[in-house]
Amino acid sequence: MSIDIDTARKVAHLARINVADEKLPELASELSGILNFMEQLSEVDVDGIEPMTSVTPMRLKRRKDIVTDGGYQDKVLKNAPDAREGFFAVPKVVE
Amino acid sequence: MTLNTFKISQARDALRSGETTAVSLTEACISAIEAAGQLNAYCAQTPEIALEQAKAADERIQAGDAPNMCGIPLGIKDVFATKGVSTQAGSNILKGFKPEYESTVTQNLWDAGAVMLGKLSMDEFAMGSSNETACYGPAVNPWKVDDQLRTPGGSSGGSAAAVAADLCLAATGTDTGGSIRQPAAFTGITGIKPTYGRCSRWGVVAYASSLDQAGPMTKDVRDAAIMLSAMCSYDAKDSTSADIVVPDFEAALTGDIRGQKIGIPREYRLDGMSDEIAKLWDNGIAMLKDAGAEIVDISLPHAKYALPAYYVIAPAEASSNLARYDGVRYGHRATLGKGDGIDDMYAKTRAEGFGPEVQRRVMVGAYVLSAGFYDAYYNRARKVRALIKRDFEQAFASGIDAILAPTTPSSAFGLGEMRSADPVAMYLNDVFTVTLNLAGLPGISVPVGLDAKGLPLGLQLIGRPWEEGALLNQALVLEQAAGFTAKPEKWW
Repeated sequence: MSIDIDTARKVAHLARINVADEKLPELASELSGILNFMEQLSEVDVDGIEPMTSVTPMRLKRRKDIVTDGGYQDKVLKNAPDAREGFFAVPKVVE
Repeated sequence: MTLNTFKISQARDALRSGETTAVSLTEACISAIEAAGQLNAYCAQTPEIALEQAKAADERIQAGDAPNMCGIPLGIKDVFATKGVSTQAGSNILKGFKPEYESTVTQNLWDAGAVMLGKLSMDEFAMGSSNETACYGPAVNPWKVDDQLRTPGGSSGGSAAAVAADLCLAATGTDTGGSIRQPAAFTGITGIKPTYGRCSRWGVVAYASSLDQAGPMTKDVRDAAIMLSAMCSYDAKDSTSADIVVPDFEAALTGDIRGQKIGIPREYRLDGMSDEIAKLWDNGIAMLKDAGAEIVDISLPHAKYALPAYYVIAPAEASSNLARYDGVRYGHRATLGKGDGIDDMYAKTRAEGFGPEVQRRVMVGAYVLSAGFYDAYYNRARKVRALIKRDFEQAFASGIDAILAPTTPSSAFGLGEMRSADPVAMYLNDVFTVTLNLAGLPGISVPVGLDAKGLPLGLQLIGRPWEEGALLNQALVLEQAAGFTAKPEKWW
């Protein structure tokens, strides 16, 4: 499987990472190399095998659906690059 | 003997007998750190916190309330959230981030009276095997045999360098594909990754959540046992934390492994394995045999697929985990141009904040999870993962108590040496270590000898799930038989 420049552009967009057009050929070639390495997996007979979903067979613990934490807006906002009036601020989303 | 060269067990005894104090131990470590700038092991130093904690520890010891880790100065990998102290996980995208909370593992250590000297360098988001993807520049291996500076390994490279150079008594690490064991092997120290679920992942900056596990990096096996007991706990804040009693691992160290069966996986004897690694492995086999263990040839038929499966699963989980770095809630936000919208903010912020290897893995992850490729890559890798786990289960069901293998395919390589290689060449460093992460099993690297260049090499023991005590005991036997006491000569 080889990744072409359009696919590389699409993957960069999916990952929300800006990649300059002139860098796309290099990215495509690196991703192709990594995917070629993964191709070995197609040799394995996985018929009837369930995908592994948890390391240890265990049921997730249940708890009551109640508030157990919170009430510290200032702490939540403390590391924000832009916080105003108790909220995270971002560029305009709706035109 | 200067105090910073103490092991945890020695310091514990000296503290209890009143021979030394936590403040003296801490001051010795702080001086050692100040003199070791060339190793670049610490990315943040916290001497004030350390001395305050040390004073409190001395009071506890005097009051007769001294758990094993009380007064022990530690270095903390920068992947653990430490309240009010810079936590960057090696990434520019977390520049300036000071968590408002403490990770469960570090909180457990502070509750036990341990002392924090500072934060230790690591590959960016723990993605790397050489510490060279760290945003603060690579840590340097204290082992130096010629003009070349060498890698301490990765991703817990700062931890390994700091322990090997006596810049702390021990350090925390995390291991997603070998990030505790490979650097331990490269620096001649001991490192254990416990069973997945033993240590809480809460407050540990996530890389690949189904693989990430914390563990101690120490000067010997006894110290690993002492520190591991203090790090582990059941934690309701981590949904995969195991609600299982944490035993006193040190009490399992009897030094007797007579009659135990040690498996030697034939698939690990790779084509092109260096003679030195093959010989080291054979020596280790002979040591365990002399100690009364029975050596059994075993097969792990899917082991060769562990590395490609890992490099599908880990990037897939990483692409999901790292979606949180969007420039909104913490860390870096790119300067935006006029008219830039929120999507531009995401894409510019992530392009500026993530280094090349992290970008690569996030994009590979996005690709293998994307519509049309999910089954071919991600689901197939998870099925192969199930087969890899089954290989181990079958070996253990046949009566094998532990498995012995090399930790790494070579000794520490030079900084910069792999820079021109393609990314896959660097991934091959993990060939012996990733299988355990995929299967969730505990593994420990023990220094066993020096190569012809004079650099340390380690062997890895792989244990049954939840039997870290037995595993540490097997490691103790290997440590005693190997008698590895070499230390790097101080040049820094």
